[in-house]
Amino acid sequence: MSETGIGKSVKRREDIRFITGQGRYTDDINQPGQTIAVFLRSPHPRARIVSIDASEALAIPGVVGVFTGKDLAADKIGDIPCGWLVKSSDGTDMLVASRPPLAVELVNFVGETYGVVIAETLAGARAGAEAVITDFGELEPAAVLADALDGPQIHANVPRNLCFHWELGDGPATDAAFAGAAHVTRLDLTNNRLIPNAMEPRAAVATYDRSTEEFTLYTTSQNPHLERLILSAFVGLAPEHKLRVISPDVGGGFGSKIFVYPEETAVAWAAKRVGRPVKWTADRSEAFLSDAHGRDHITTAELAIDADGVFLGFRVRTRANLGAYLSTFASSVPTYLYGTLLAGQYRTPAIHVAVDGVYTNTAPVDAYRGAGRPEATYVIERIVETAARELKIDPAELRRRNFIQPDQFPYQTPVALIYDTGDYGASLDKALAMIDYAGFPARRAASEAQGFKRGIGFSCYIEACGLAPSQLAIQLGAGVGLYESGEVRVNPTASVTVFTGSHSHGQGHETTFAQIVSDRLGIPFESVEIVHGDTGRVEFGLGTYGSRSVAVGGSALIKATDKIIVKGKRIAAHMLEAAPEDVDFEEGIFAVRATNRKLSFGEVAFAAYVPANFPEDLEPGLSEKSFYDPKNFTFPAGTHIAEVEIDPQTGVVRVANFVAVDDFGEVINPMIVEGQVHGGIAQGIGQALLEHGVYDQMGQLVTGSFMDYCMPRADDLPSFSVDTTVTACTHNPLGVKGCGEAGAIGSPPAIINAVTDALNIRDIAMPASPEKVWRAANGL
Amino acid sequence: MYEFDYHRPDSLAGAIALRSGAADGTYLAGGMTLLPTLKQRLASPSDLIDLSAVPDLTGVTVAGGMVTIGAMTRHAQVAASDAVKSAIPALGYLAGQIGDAQVRNRGTMGGSVANSDPSADYPAAVIGLGATIHTDHRQIAAEGYFKDLFETALEPGELIRSIAFPVPRRAAYRKFPNPASRYAVVGVFVAQFDAGIRVGVTGAGPCAFRARSIEAALGRRLDPAAVDDAEIDFSRFNTDRHASAEYRGALVRVMARRAVEAMLASG
Repeated sequence: MSETGIGKSVKRREDIRFITGQGRYTDDINQPGQTIAVFLRSPHPRARIVSIDASEALAIPGVVGVFTGKDLAADKIGDIPCGWLVKSSDGTDMLVASRPPLAVELVNFVGETYGVVIAETLAGARAGAEAVITDFGELEPAAVLADALDGPQIHANVPRNLCFHWELGDGPATDAAFAGAAHVTRLDLTNNRLIPNAMEPRAAVATYDRSTEEFTLYTTSQNPHLERLILSAFVGLAPEHKLRVISPDVGGGFGSKIFVYPEETAVAWAAKRVGRPVKWTADRSEAFLSDAHGRDHITTAELAIDADGVFLGFRVRTRANLGAYLSTFASSVPTYLYGTLLAGQYRTPAIHVAVDGVYTNTAPVDAYRGAGRPEATYVIERIVETAARELKIDPAELRRRNFIQPDQFPYQTPVALIYDTGDYGASLDKALAMIDYAGFPARRAASEAQGFKRGIGFSCYIEACGLAPSQLAIQLGAGVGLYESGEVRVNPTASVTVFTGSHSHGQGHETTFAQIVSDRLGIPFESVEIVHGDTGRVEFGLGTYGSRSVAVGGSALIKATDKIIVKGKRIAAHMLEAAPEDVDFEEGIFAVRATNRKLSFGEVAFAAYVPANFPEDLEPGLSEKSFYDPKNFTFPAGTHIAEVEIDPQTGVVRVANFVAVDDFGEVINPMIVEGQVHGGIAQGIGQALLEHGVYDQMGQLVTGSFMDYCMPRADDLPSFSVDTTVTACTHNPLGVKGCGEAGAIGSPPAIINAVTDALNIRDIAMPASPEKVWRAANGL
Repeated sequence: MYEFDYHRPDSLAGAIALRSGAADGTYLAGGMTLLPTLKQRLASPSDLIDLSAVPDLTGVTVAGGMVTIGAMTRHAQVAASDAVKSAIPALGYLAGQIGDAQVRNRGTMGGSVANSDPSADYPAAVIGLGATIHTDHRQIAAEGYFKDLFETALEPGELIRSIAFPVPRRAAYRKFPNPASRYAVVGVFVAQFDAGIRVGVTGAGPCAFRARSIEAALGRRLDPAAVDDAEIDFSRFNTDRHASAEYRGALVRVMARRAVEAMLASG
C-alpha cells in the first residue's frame, strides 16, 4: 500500500499555507471600492424600538448609508427561517417567532442587530453607529431558562414562551418499568451554556454586479450551498443562479458557522443598495454576543433498575433553551439529536423523553460540537455512574451488565434509532487496561498522602453521525435532504480535480479526501486536488457538521470514483480490444484478465480526451458525479475514563489522566483522527471545568470576553491517551463512522463523574470551577 | 478608537511639556489597559504621549540595598534580569507569572503600579517589600500609595519614574490565577527583613494591602502553619463571578502559607 493511501497518517497538506500565514480567509478578501459595515446592536435584552434617528450619522463624512429593518422589509427581504420543523406531542407545529435580519419593532436579546451603518472606513462606520440615536422602550425580559415559562411573553404568537413540547418513546411502558423496579435513581442536571469561539470570527464580503445582476458573497460558512439556498428560497435576496456563495479558508466553526445569520444577509442586501462592495468582520465582542450559543439544558432523569442491576426504564424531562429566536437547526438539536440518543450503549427496554423548547431573551442557541448528543450522553452517563454508586456495583461492571451485545446488532432502540454495529465491551476493556484501573486505589492513596483528593469517572458514549437518510430526516421535519455530492474530474494528463459538497474549516479534507481518491485510483496523492466551499465551482452540497464529511461526503467520492473506474474499463476494453467485463482495475492499471495486455490509468485518461475510433456509445471525457444518500446514521461509540486530582485547599481540579478509546469504524488518516479526538476532549474538559456562558437576571451577558469566559488552554489539559477499536460501519462503502465530535461528547461526564467521585458528592454543576469545588470539598 | 494625536518624546521634560500642553493628554506605557480601553471607545484622550523613547525610564540598578527598576521596564525584562534574580528572586518570579508572554513583553512595571488594578501582581510586591515610588517630583511610600480600586496617591499628570525595592533577606510570591484571565484572584508576597516580616496581598481587596494579622502571626512564629493563627477579615474583600469574598479569604490564607513555605525553602 502506498504511504499516502487509506489508513496512513499523511501530514495535512493544507497546514503549509495555514502555518506560513498564506491562508485566505474572508477578512483577507478585499474588493475594489469596498465599504465597511458596522451593525447597530441592541443594548437591551427586550425592548420596543420607538424611533431611530440617523440624521447625525448620515452627516458624518464617509458615512455612505444607514439602514434599518424597515429598509429591508421595503425590499421584501424575508425572515431568517428555521430549517427544521418539530411537532409538539399534541401534533401541532412548533411556534416559530418571526426573525427579520434587522429587527423592526422589537429587539429580544443583547446584541441583536437592528440596523447597519455603511461607511468608507471602519472608523467612519463606528463613528456613524455611535451617532445613531435610538429610542428604546425597555420591557421586562425573560432571561433565565428556569423561570422563562412563567416569565414575560416574548413573542405575541408564543404563549408561555413554549416553542414546542416534544416527546419520544413509550410513556406507559416506561411508567410500568418504574412501577416494577427494585431501585430508582433520580438526578437533576444542568448542561451549561457554551459560547463557541471559533478562532476566526464570522465575516462577510458581498458584491453586486449590476450588469449581470449577480451577487457574490464571501462568508464564513460551514455550508455555502445551504446559505445560498436559504438566502434565495426563504430570505428572497436573489435567485439561486444569481447568487454565488464562497466560503474560502474558514478558521473553525464547531457548528456556529452552519447557520444563516442576519449579518451576511444584510451585508449582501446592502451591496446592491449602495452599489458598492460591503464588508463586515465581527470583532470578538460581537462573536460572544451574536454567534449561536450551545447546550443550556435543565434536566430531571430517572433510571429504573431491577435487583440484579439491569436497567428497566429511563425517564427524562428536559427544558432546553432556544434563545430569543430559532436559529437554522435549533429545533432539531434538543429533540432528534438528543432524545434519540438516550438509549446510549444499553439495552434499557423502555425509554420516554419529553422536552420543552423554551424561548428566552438571550442569543439563539443551536448546534455546537456534538449538538444534542453531548447533552444526551451527559444525562445517561451521569445517572448510570450515580446508580452504580447507590447500588455499590463497580461502575464498569454495571455498564457491562447492560451493554447491547455484539451479537444483538442491528439493534432497534426504544427511541427510534437502529444501531448497525458495535462492540462496547471491547472499548471498555481496552480503556480499563490503558488507565490501569486496578492500580487506581494505590494512586488514590498516594494522592491522599499528599493532601489531594483523587477520583475516577467513566463515560461510555454513543453518538449518531453522518446525518442521515434524507427520507427519514425530511419525514422528521428537516427542510433539506442530508445527502452529499461529489465530482471526480480526471484531467487529460491524469491529474484529478475533486469537487465535494463537504466543507473543511479545519478538518483536513484536502488531505483525507485526496487520500481516498488517490488510493482508489492508484494514482499519486499529489495528483489529486480537492475543491470545496464555492457554489460557483461545486455543483451542490450540504456542508460539514455532525461528523458527516467522510461518512457521507467521502462515500459520494467513492461512488463517483467507482463510476470513473467503470468508464475507464470501457475505454481500456475498447483500446485493448477486449470486453469491459474482462478488464480488471488494480493499483492504477487496467488489465485484460489472464493476459499481459494492460494500460495505465494515465494512458486511459489521455485516450478519453483524445478519442481515436471511439464507438458511438462511448463518450469522450472522464468525469463523473454522484450524490450519496446514506442508508442510516453511523454510530461511533467508545469509552472515556478520566482521573482527576483535587486540591481541597483551593478547589483546583487537575485532570491527572485521560483515556479515550473510540470506535470510529475504519480510519482514513489516524493522525487527523487523533487530532480531532484531542480537540474534542479539550472542548469537553472546557465544558466540564472552565467554560460558562452566563446571562444575569436582567439579560446582560456577563461572560462577554476572554477575561471572564474561560477557554481551555494547553496547561489546563493532560497528555491524553488515545486509542481505537474497530467495528466497520455496515452501510457505507468506506466502513467509516465519523470522529469530529466524539471527544466533546464523551468527555464531560467522565470528568464530572471523576470530580464527584473524588469529593464523594452526588452532583456538581458544570463547570466545576475552583470555588464550587472548594465549597464542595469543604462542605460549605 | 477615537482619533488622537500621537507623540513619542525623547526626554522626560518633553513628555511632561506635551502633556501639560494637551487638552486631555494621557501617557502611554505598555498600553495593557489603556489600549483595550481606547479600542472599545471608552476613553477619548486628545493626545497620547508614548514614553517608550524617554531615556532613563528603563532598566534595573542595584545599589545600597535597593533594587531600583525604571517605570518603563517590561515584565519580561524584570523576569529575565540577573540583577533582580540575585537580589530579589521572588520579584523576578512574580514578573514571570504576569499574564502571558505577550503581556510580559509589552506591559511595564510603572503602568501596572500607576493603574492599581485590584488583581495586578506587582502591587503585592510593592507592599510586601515596602517599596518607594519615585515620581517626576516626589517619592511616595508603599503604604500610602494604593488608595482604592484603580486609585493611587498619584496626582493628575504625575509620572512614575522608577520604583525602589529594599532587598529583603528572603521573600516569596504565590498567586491563585483567575483561570480565564490569569490575573491574580489572590496573590500574596511575603518578605523577611531584619526588621521583621512584611506581607503584601493583591487581588483580595479593592487595592493591594498589608496583611498585618498574618505579619503578626509570622512574627511570633515563622512557620507556614502560623498563618492559620491569623484572623483574616474578608468582609471588605471583592466578590465577583469567579470568587466570593469568603473564598478569597480562604485563598489569602492558602497562598500566604505556600509563600512562607517557598520563602523558607529558598534558604
